[in-house]
Amino acid sequence: MSQIEMVFFLEASVRLGIPLALAALGETITQRSGVINIGLEGSIIAGALGGAMGALAFESAGVGVVAGALAGLAVALVFAAFAVGLGVDQIITGTAVTIGGLGLTGAIYQASFGVTGTALSLPTLAPLDIPLLSQIPVIGSPLFGQAPTAYLAYLLAPALWYFLYRTAPGLELRAVGEAPDAAQAAGVRVLRVRFLATLFGGALAGIAGAHLSLAHAGTFAEGMSAGKGFIAIAVVALGRWNPALVLFAALFFGGTSALQFFLQALGLDVPYQLFLAFPYVLTLAALAGWMGSSRAPASLALPWERK
Amino acid sequence: MVNGSVGSWRTFVSITLVRAVPLTFTGLAVALAFRAGVWNIGAEGQLYAGAICAVAAGLSLAWMPGLVLVPIVLGASAFGGAVWAAVPTVMRVRFGVGEVITTLLMNYVGIHLAGYMVHGPLQEARGVFPQSEAIPAAARLPSLLPGTRLHLGFAVAVILAIAMAILMRRSRLGFQIRALGASPEVARVSGRIRTTRVLAITFLASGAIAGLAGGVQVSGVTYTLLESFSPGWGYTAIAVALLAGLDPIGVIVTGVLFGAMQAGAGAMQRDAGIPQVWVGVVEALVILAVLGLDRVRRARLTERAP
Repeated sequence: MSQIEMVFFLEASVRLGIPLALAALGETITQRSGVINIGLEGSIIAGALGGAMGALAFESAGVGVVAGALAGLAVALVFAAFAVGLGVDQIITGTAVTIGGLGLTGAIYQASFGVTGTALSLPTLAPLDIPLLSQIPVIGSPLFGQAPTAYLAYLLAPALWYFLYRTAPGLELRAVGEAPDAAQAAGVRVLRVRFLATLFGGALAGIAGAHLSLAHAGTFAEGMSAGKGFIAIAVVALGRWNPALVLFAALFFGGTSALQFFLQALGLDVPYQLFLAFPYVLTLAALAGWMGSSRAPASLALPWERK
Repeated sequence: MVNGSVGSWRTFVSITLVRAVPLTFTGLAVALAFRAGVWNIGAEGQLYAGAICAVAAGLSLAWMPGLVLVPIVLGASAFGGAVWAAVPTVMRVRFGVGEVITTLLMNYVGIHLAGYMVHGPLQEARGVFPQSEAIPAAARLPSLLPGTRLHLGFAVAVILAIAMAILMRRSRLGFQIRALGASPEVARVSGRIRTTRVLAITFLASGAIAGLAGGVQVSGVTYTLLESFSPGWGYTAIAVALLAGLDPIGVIVTGVLFGAMQAGAGAMQRDAGIPQVWVGVVEALVILAVLGLDRVRRARLTERAP
């Protein structure tokens, strides 16, 4: 690999990894509270459409990101109302929210912009070069010449790590995910913590969606989330529910996806569909080889009722 | 919508029931797994694996007579689905990785593998279209009602549902599956149930049934392997199974219901310009309503208890 190819590959890895990192960091907090939100995919696609419509209405990509966060949060609110509030099954609720989110965004998009789907051209989130850091050879521009949402992910990973392991509310959150009964006995309001953790995850997934439509594509397409919410959930497990590792796991997955462009550019005579499957196979292998000594929060996916 | 789904007897049989077949198979697969507390969200990928194996078997054994070839094709699809479920099964049992994540990941592997097949090893001879050669007539499911497009697969689905209902209620394995789903902890400490074994059998059987959905679709409807031919049947199956209360016989009814909904939405798209995407919204509302009502009923029961 020449240096230019290397830069190209790293840039693509980071670019593909960032939306996963944002969604997975939010989901890490959600899962640490004992809630697994499979509806993340619904939040991402809502964020992509909300981001696109917000950016169009105000002619500002920044407003689009905020609108995306709100749209993702709204979808997570539906999930939380059922899975946390009513305490019904989280997996099934999440699947419903994903199916509904994909359908509703498609319906809203078609109602607003027509069935033919003329490509929108949106105000885009332009890459922002960080002075000095982006000048570092090889890794500088791939890491520090990205859309502003990338820097949000870089900052969130250590911040969330600090929150989880070094602050009292972080400890309470983890307690809720491990032993909700004990947490309640210690005076923690379990359902409120789970609600907030779920909404936080939804908002970040919404930002991930806005990143897809505003920084990647510059347009919205039905189903453009393309399973990123599901992959983000795998990334959380791959990152062992630790925000710092989750960021690296997301970039690792981004790298395996970027490999397909790179190997195609090499002109290998292998159909690209195999490369499309490659990141998923590698993630499965990584999960099998790497999960042994770690475990999910003890109360993950278990509904809880106030006693 | 009514016209497009149940308007006339013939449309009902040719469109609604035909669309109900893959939904019924995947619905049965999901119902079986959920009954045992196995979160198989991977019916979609298992369906694709089944379709790939069915087409591969149909094309490579084209010289065989229909009476033999059809069962082989369907058997191959069940095998493919079971293989696809075997990966998450091993990962759950051996490595302790939750099946929700792994079955979701396997869906994408299955979809992309089908995409690879129709661009690569199984592509039609001229190499123009992203599809396989058509399977020979002997590998195709016969029509169930002359003059309609309804194929034998519907009858297979009904028989399978009845067999599953009997198995769940009357057999030892059925009891063990229900016990495992009701309380894995109790099932394990009772010492009478080898939980790992029951879990693995259920998971693989669920995958095999979802694989059949793919096999029946190619040998009954499309006759060739197509790229992304499933509009998310494996996910809709969750709504189908849940609305039926995970009851196999009920799955036939809800499978037809969702088949009608998809057929009706297709017709509405043509006639009234109402987009098919609303089907997803309706499915989501159905699932949430069932969950909510179930919750209310449970709350009433606990209130009444002393």
